[in-house]
Amino acid sequence: MQLGFLVDLHLCMGCKGCEIACKVENEVPLSTWRLRVKYVDVGTFPETKRTFTPLRCNHCENAPCERICPVSALHYLENGIVNIDKERCIGCAGCVMACPYGAIYIDPQTQTADKCTYCAHRVASSMMPACVVACPVQANIFGDLEDPKSNISKYIQVHQGGVQVRKPEKGTNPHHYYVGGGNVTLNPLASVRENGHTLFSNIKTLPIGGHH
Amino acid sequence: MTHEILAATNAVVTLDVALPGIVWPWLVTVNMWAKSIGTGVIFMLFILLRMYPEQANKLRFPTALVSIVFISIFLLFTLADLHQPFRMWHIFFYPHVTSAITVGAWMASIFMGLLTLLAYQSYIKKDNAAYDKTLLWTAILAIPVTLYTAGLMAQCTARELWQMPTESAQMILAALLSGSAFMILMSGRKLSYEAKNTLGMILGLSALMSFIIYMSEYIFGPMKAEEVAAVLEYIKGNGQYTVAFWVGQWMTYLLPMLLIVLSRTSRSEGILKLAAILSLFGLAIVKHVWLIIPQLLPMS
Repeated sequence: MQLGFLVDLHLCMGCKGCEIACKVENEVPLSTWRLRVKYVDVGTFPETKRTFTPLRCNHCENAPCERICPVSALHYLENGIVNIDKERCIGCAGCVMACPYGAIYIDPQTQTADKCTYCAHRVASSMMPACVVACPVQANIFGDLEDPKSNISKYIQVHQGGVQVRKPEKGTNPHHYYVGGGNVTLNPLASVRENGHTLFSNIKTLPIGGHH
Repeated sequence: MTHEILAATNAVVTLDVALPGIVWPWLVTVNMWAKSIGTGVIFMLFILLRMYPEQANKLRFPTALVSIVFISIFLLFTLADLHQPFRMWHIFFYPHVTSAITVGAWMASIFMGLLTLLAYQSYIKKDNAAYDKTLLWTAILAIPVTLYTAGLMAQCTARELWQMPTESAQMILAALLSGSAFMILMSGRKLSYEAKNTLGMILGLSALMSFIIYMSEYIFGPMKAEEVAAVLEYIKGNGQYTVAFWVGQWMTYLLPMLLIVLSRTSRSEGILKLAAILSLFGLAIVKHVWLIIPQLLPMS
């Protein structure tokens, strides 16, 4: 079994339901996110368009975070999920530095690394991840990539030419795919970040682990 | 798609979480700086004992002590940078050998053990033959201890600026530079001007090599990777770290090189010491800029 995620950006309407469901399900502390939806506006008025991109851990086949972790706190589950053992983590932040997708953070309450686990605890009980359940338009598609009859496999087969991953040049082989994505949605360097236009306009940078 | 064509001219993030702050802060700068000195003085003693055995004989214990102090600073700051420092023992009991952090922690621990043995052999046992045997293995181990940080940084797939081939060279050169600089300052009257002049040559040549690599990598070499080019904008033009970068380059490399040439023409130990002090302080700035700028780039 190899679990994977696919987000159809044609369907996503930026409601952030997945973001909130994830926060609640996993008790993600303030100032940190396992999953977030980024808005990027493109074009010049009146020819403008808003894009929405849910961003979470990519559960890479060749995960840099797993490789750099000195104590195997980050490890693979048999179903392909890159999981984290918070009791073992020493908080060196090597994984935060290694992840090309900015998907790992230091939990300010436990002072250990944390990230999306594809809701491994729910998956173990044969439930879907919280974000999948919360999505009102079924833009989040989750399932077994090795099963040709799974929804995600069928979706990939149908949209073969349009399936993309973030930063393929890094050689991480992500198990998180996007349909309908483009340079603006998947490449952080393709858009400008201006102060005052972020969710927390007075906060330029987030504290790491709450004490630096 | 229309919006992708338009994005080439105007794409702005309008709603997102704030960017993460600096994950590896100045504590890691001190870590790298102290390790350079800790291993560098061992390299220098190894060279001096072969070139000037009589004079270097008096430096056996002081060198072991200085190395112990700086490797302790390196280990202490490594520990201080952990968010769960009391779990440090996990590295030894739950080791993950693909991680440069694990391998580095093991090697640094063995290195510390050898340094303690050197201190014992020179201060208590006073056995120079045994000391020299231990020093050979200590100097050999000092090479991977110096280099492992380059491997660790290279494992950070997200930060393309940190490439192992270049950083291996820079880490060894930093150890030679800081080791020779510290030895010039700590040797006092134990070394002759000729011996110090040799250390000055090592300092000057290390500075020259490092400077050439920095200039060819950061300033004159066209960057092929989009991310590296974006990172280097922080040290170019009106970049956030342009001043710090150039202050570091002048203090660590350019001024010491000029001062070493001056000291050779005037046979002045004072000028040599000034070059050593400048390069030691400057190295911390150079390392800090190198550490921080890749962390400023948004990853997602």
